[in-house]
Amino acid sequence: MASAGFNDSDLLDLQRRLVILRVGLLLVVALLALRLWHLQIREGPYYRDLSENNRTRSVVLEPARGLIFDRNGVLLANNVPSFTLYVTLEDVKDRQALVAQLASLLNLDPDVIQKKLSIGKGSKLQPRKIKDRLTLREATLIESHRLDLPGVMIQVESQRNYPGGAVAAHLLGYVGEVSADQLEKAEFADLHQGSIVGQYGVEKTFDRQVRGRAGQKSVEVDALGHEKRAVVAERPVAGDDLYLTIDIRLQKIAEDLLGEESGAIVALDPTTGDILAMASRPGFDPNVLSKELTNKQWVEIVQNEGRPLNNRAMQGQYPPGSTFKVVMAAAALESNTVTPSTTVRCNGGYQFGNRLFRDWKAGGHGSVDMNEALIHSCDVYFYTVGQRMGIDTIAEYAKQFGLGQETGIELPSERVGIVPSTAWKQKARNQPWYPGETISAAIGQGYVTVTPLQMASVIGTVANDGVAVRPRLVQAVMNRAAGERAEFPPTIRGKVAVRPATLALIKSALADVVTKGTATRAKSPLVTIAGKTGTAQTAALRTGPEKDIPKKFRDHAWFVAFAPVEAPRIAVAVLAEHMGHGGSAAAPLAKDIIEAYVKAYPQVVGGAPAGNRTKVPVPAVEARPRT
Amino acid sequence: MIDRVIDSRGLDSFDLRFIGLIAVILSVGVLSIYSVTHSQDTAFPFYLKQLVWILLGTAAFLVMYLSDYHKIARLAYPTYAVILILLAVVLVMGKSSRGAQRWIPIGPFAFQPSEFAKLVLVLVLANYYSRVPRVGWLQRVVLPGLIVLPGLLLILKQPDLGSGLSFLAVYAAMLLMVGVRSKALGIILLLSVMLFPFVWEMVWASLHDYQRQRVMAFVDPDYDPGGKGYHALQSKIAIGSGELSGKGLYGGTQSQLKFLPEGHTDFVFAVYAEEWGFVGVLVLLALFIALIWVSLEIAARAKDTLGALLAAGIVAMLCFCVVVNIGMTAGMFPIVGIPLPLVSYGGSATIMTMASLGLLLNVKRRRLTLFY
Repeated sequence: MASAGFNDSDLLDLQRRLVILRVGLLLVVALLALRLWHLQIREGPYYRDLSENNRTRSVVLEPARGLIFDRNGVLLANNVPSFTLYVTLEDVKDRQALVAQLASLLNLDPDVIQKKLSIGKGSKLQPRKIKDRLTLREATLIESHRLDLPGVMIQVESQRNYPGGAVAAHLLGYVGEVSADQLEKAEFADLHQGSIVGQYGVEKTFDRQVRGRAGQKSVEVDALGHEKRAVVAERPVAGDDLYLTIDIRLQKIAEDLLGEESGAIVALDPTTGDILAMASRPGFDPNVLSKELTNKQWVEIVQNEGRPLNNRAMQGQYPPGSTFKVVMAAAALESNTVTPSTTVRCNGGYQFGNRLFRDWKAGGHGSVDMNEALIHSCDVYFYTVGQRMGIDTIAEYAKQFGLGQETGIELPSERVGIVPSTAWKQKARNQPWYPGETISAAIGQGYVTVTPLQMASVIGTVANDGVAVRPRLVQAVMNRAAGERAEFPPTIRGKVAVRPATLALIKSALADVVTKGTATRAKSPLVTIAGKTGTAQTAALRTGPEKDIPKKFRDHAWFVAFAPVEAPRIAVAVLAEHMGHGGSAAAPLAKDIIEAYVKAYPQVVGGAPAGNRTKVPVPAVEARPRT
Repeated sequence: MIDRVIDSRGLDSFDLRFIGLIAVILSVGVLSIYSVTHSQDTAFPFYLKQLVWILLGTAAFLVMYLSDYHKIARLAYPTYAVILILLAVVLVMGKSSRGAQRWIPIGPFAFQPSEFAKLVLVLVLANYYSRVPRVGWLQRVVLPGLIVLPGLLLILKQPDLGSGLSFLAVYAAMLLMVGVRSKALGIILLLSVMLFPFVWEMVWASLHDYQRQRVMAFVDPDYDPGGKGYHALQSKIAIGSGELSGKGLYGGTQSQLKFLPEGHTDFVFAVYAEEWGFVGVLVLLALFIALIWVSLEIAARAKDTLGALLAAGIVAMLCFCVVVNIGMTAGMFPIVGIPLPLVSYGGSATIMTMASLGLLLNVKRRRLTLFY
């Protein structure tokens, strides 16, 4: 059958045209090869990276925080396993739907989830922490919806736990997720959204040591974000353990002594500076604060009138009242304003200009010398010597004893109080110092304010014969991996320029305060105690008997003490807000703490060998020349 | 009697290079399909099914090889009519998959008429041009265009953009072969340019949303990488990450971890490229070039215009599928559903391709005959 349309020449023509197909084919295939060369050779490494990221998700392995112990090895803070939920945005197909789903499964505010998904640096490959401490029910619920929740991952992580609950809460502090603001700072550069950091207390100050180092896990996932295989690339390194100086038994006693009242008790070893107990009431439960709080919960805590987050022992600033007379005594004797035998006549008041400054004892104390003035807390005596010394001399000695400055305790946000002077007033108030103001300052009123910790340090310095040791809260850090325990030696801050004779006089007078003075309620059959009462006025004008005054206007009760008198091993400062007189309200508490200490450490009294007593070398400080 | 003589010479024309190339390319396909799907726990895995298709394809190859292509060409019009009916049936009762109706279910299998339509179109056009005198652009361009049109429209309606484009490619290749004079070519070009906006409008309007988005994703690859650009991006990652020597068999994480969708069908080339790298890619391209080269030789030596046109049409169709498939997986073209001949999984495509190659070899075989 011959072709109807084409003849042989047509066939040849047709076949010649095949050349076009040949050339076209070669050209196109060359183009394809070029394109594939570009993809596989030139951009190969780039696509290789993309394919690695496609399948692997890098998951941070949170380190376990270091444990915290008291001085006897009692556990104060540990970690318990808990479920934490993460979301990897890269694997999330529909973000809005996921947020809605998680919000309903976990009973969370969708906005909170949205916010967590958007905080922090890092790519979509970086898993974001959405919620920790999932209940078993929530974790199970999520796991059962696993296939509908691509990009969602539940990790078992350790959560901070404080077995003692609220005990020592102000010292231990609490932990929380690093905030967006914190992440901006250099010190948190190695952290990421969801990292846990100490937010208060030693958890905060020692965060670097306790935090540990995060590890990393590579998780191979499929296109739906489901985990296929996991490889641990780097193990997390647990944080170091902390050994605190406190004795948790004393701490508990101190907190119980304050009970429902507001106030603070500080007990320290004057020879080493070890804080044995440091109570502040009201307190809080760090277990609650270490969880994620709702806005409402947080507002409730912050706006609570008792201000439980305030560590009154080092952030509460109160007029020291008569406890300030300890400093006044040293100042008056060392500045040669008076001698031990100088007497002042006390008729129950001190006239200055047209104003009468009253003594606390209506009839007056009669003629008193320094010893008696301290024992009976005679105001007129100190008005008189204060007036003679002038405010700047008082300020100079107060500073020597460490007032008006940080004690250097390892806790964040320590307050320093006020040591008034002419320079201070000019600077702070832009006013000259009025001589009448010196009279108030002389009995620890007026502008003078201190923290209970500072007063414990002051009385400790007296007890330690003038050697000021920096109060410390952390004894040692234990590196668990290396098994090395690094002890922190006590730090001498300096020696006050006060002659031994002066200190001896003051110590003896303070011992008499307890045996026959204003603090007989601190007298103990177990141990000799020396101390000084104080009553800090809160309102300038008060009339009528104490019990008729509303509690919030009542005076603060102070008591500072040390024991045993012969070889002091404990110094205590008690401040009970609105509890009235130091002798009645504060002194018994100090006695209870001291007795508890003596019972716990019987070697402190009697001939028992002072087992762990540290001999603190006294630096040579030039004594102030007598003039 | 003459036929018997021809038949005795058949073995000489049984080109071993040609058969060998087909066998090797088919093996690459089965291996790649096995690699992507081996972790799936199914009673009748994809690679076994593909072996069945190859077996059926071999039967189709032999039938097409052993029959007389003139007789086959004579059946072109009725076959085309049947195909048009089947394409209409697909639209009415076809099986849908991802928004397109392309399949007629037959028991557990599905038959895709649009695949076979491509071969039938080659037959129809070759038959037409071998009978129509080379005069007048009406007979050369418009009439055959009217033959192409119903099939094209029915296929685009499914929509099967890939098969539709293959249709146009076959038509264009045929026009090229019969020689369109420069004047006619000019008119076609002018008309095309003038009509393009309207045609594009029509095509764009007839596209499904997902297809429009794919085109958008092609124009801007970063447009919605998790969504419509997903296929294109994952495919490029798969190919690119293969680098020079590949990740090895089963080592392709893109495909093994299911980042690459349709790894056993339209994107099988990406799987292969990820596992075997640029070296493997060059080998496969060389295999295809060799197969097409041999096919072009057959076309060039065909003893009559029908044979030459059949061979050229088949070659053009295969070339188009290979180039467009690889081009789309490599991100050069928008993604249209075109399988890689002999490699992609699929019954209709495998059988159709093997039948086409059988017909091609038939042309070579008939070259040696003196009488028919």
